[in-house]
Amino acid sequence: MDFRSFLIALVYFVAAVLLIVGIKRMSSPRTARGSILWAGWGVLLATLVTFFWPGLSPDNVILIVAAIAVGGSLAWYAGRRVAMTDMPQMIALCSGMGGGAAAAIAAIELMEAGRHGLTVTLLAMLGGLVGSVSFSGSLLGFAKLRGWAGRPVRFKARNQASAAVLLMAAVFGLMLMGDYPSHTTMTLIFFGLALAGGIMMSLPVASADVPVAVSFYTALTGLAVALEGFVLGNEAMIIAGTVVAAAGALLTHRMGGAVHRPLDRVLFGGPADAAADGSAGAGDFPEIAAGDAGNLLASARRVAIVPGYGMAAARAQHEVLELARLLRKRGIKVRFAIHPAAGRIPSHMSLLLAEAGAAYEHTGEPEDVNPEFDTTDVCLVVGANDVVNPAARTDTSSPLYGMPILNADRSRNVIVIKRGRGRGFSGTENPLFLLDNVRVLSGEGDVAVTELIRAVEAI
Amino acid sequence: MTGFIALYVFVLAAIAGYEIVARVPASLHVPLLSGLSFVHGIVLVGAMVALGHAQTALEQVFAFLAVTLAAGNAVGGYVITDRLLGAVRSGGRKK
Repeated sequence: MDFRSFLIALVYFVAAVLLIVGIKRMSSPRTARGSILWAGWGVLLATLVTFFWPGLSPDNVILIVAAIAVGGSLAWYAGRRVAMTDMPQMIALCSGMGGGAAAAIAAIELMEAGRHGLTVTLLAMLGGLVGSVSFSGSLLGFAKLRGWAGRPVRFKARNQASAAVLLMAAVFGLMLMGDYPSHTTMTLIFFGLALAGGIMMSLPVASADVPVAVSFYTALTGLAVALEGFVLGNEAMIIAGTVVAAAGALLTHRMGGAVHRPLDRVLFGGPADAAADGSAGAGDFPEIAAGDAGNLLASARRVAIVPGYGMAAARAQHEVLELARLLRKRGIKVRFAIHPAAGRIPSHMSLLLAEAGAAYEHTGEPEDVNPEFDTTDVCLVVGANDVVNPAARTDTSSPLYGMPILNADRSRNVIVIKRGRGRGFSGTENPLFLLDNVRVLSGEGDVAVTELIRAVEAI
Repeated sequence: MTGFIALYVFVLAAIAGYEIVARVPASLHVPLLSGLSFVHGIVLVGAMVALGHAQTALEQVFAFLAVTLAAGNAVGGYVITDRLLGAVRSGGRKK
């Protein structure tokens, strides 16, 4: 082994260790903050040493630098500018780009017949298939989260149709192993079919489920990167890709569990499909004026606040925190009851409140907070619906049945800030709004909470 | 890399990946997902090698695309993971 190859192998080894340590530190709250630096050094060192790879043509090195400059600067700009709440679509974009890169590498390796032996061709083909599915699926997920792709598209036998397309792609892929004359054309057909398969798999996914799907695509991209790593004989890609694939698979499972939408239901549809079109729910809810609600809050001893998507949509988190501060100043105990499934991404509410400056000890997840509702005087629900739907506890026919919810209904009084008269995201009616101890304060989250603040200040 | 060693590496790395995130709390799900999508940005090194060795124009086009996408993946993933982890910290700091 000459010195250059030795140096590259050594740096790749160090990079792989740095990446693994980075992920490890990322998964514990105590060490998470600086963890990205570890992983960052790993990728940076590996990138720099790759310029010493034997046999790179000088002209193409200029192209490499240009491509890095283009892709890197665009991503830097987008990543700095994107709002905190739009992060999931940026993650979708990142895993899509990684999958696309792996697929493009596979395309190059496959286009020339007989470049590799059978095993390596098979691995390249698999990586190309997985990478393409992740690429087109993630981009469609990105479009959905941006609100560009509209409602989920569902038709009969859609799962069979996507399976058929992917199967056709696999057939073309297997033909690439033989000695056919028109390899380039067949490679392009193979990738066309694989990309179409990714889109078809992603079409029926509801936008609320996209984050779980994105996590799945991240795992797929990791797998594609590892497979292309085998093809290129690149150890850093093999190890980092495999670790991401395994960690991503477990994370997909966890995230799906936290929002009560396991992966198979996300991808292939499930009970929540049927009801998902309603926003026109019936019923007049007993309402409350802001002044009376303010009175109720100010005279309470213990208050729980349950934030939901309505708070995020109205960007009302600062007003909500202000209200909490105001109540605390009056000696009232205020706690945020945060459901991991509230909002559109897992831990959406924790992120928003943390960004707005909520203290950690004032927030709690269902297991901590649920026993406290019995002794809570006022529970203020800000734009949450499904996560406080008591049908999840009792009604076996409800699509929400079995989901751990926040027992807001057990508080002495419940004030629900609600924009419309509609149902929650799952499309189910919420019997909470019809209970005797519940009053609805209509209005956009930020406006309603500002009214509450004024009402409390006036007392 | 010979077949069996490759298999060892693959399986052990998979076990490591699984174990590493086995105890992640829900509040770190999104930052960790973002971090994982940064780590697969390592595909950049493969894309660079592919572009460095590209011979035909078609290969150059595909490889250029690969490097551009991979660089976007790595840089974008780094920036957003850093911001997401920053948000988590500012929540925990006032403990």
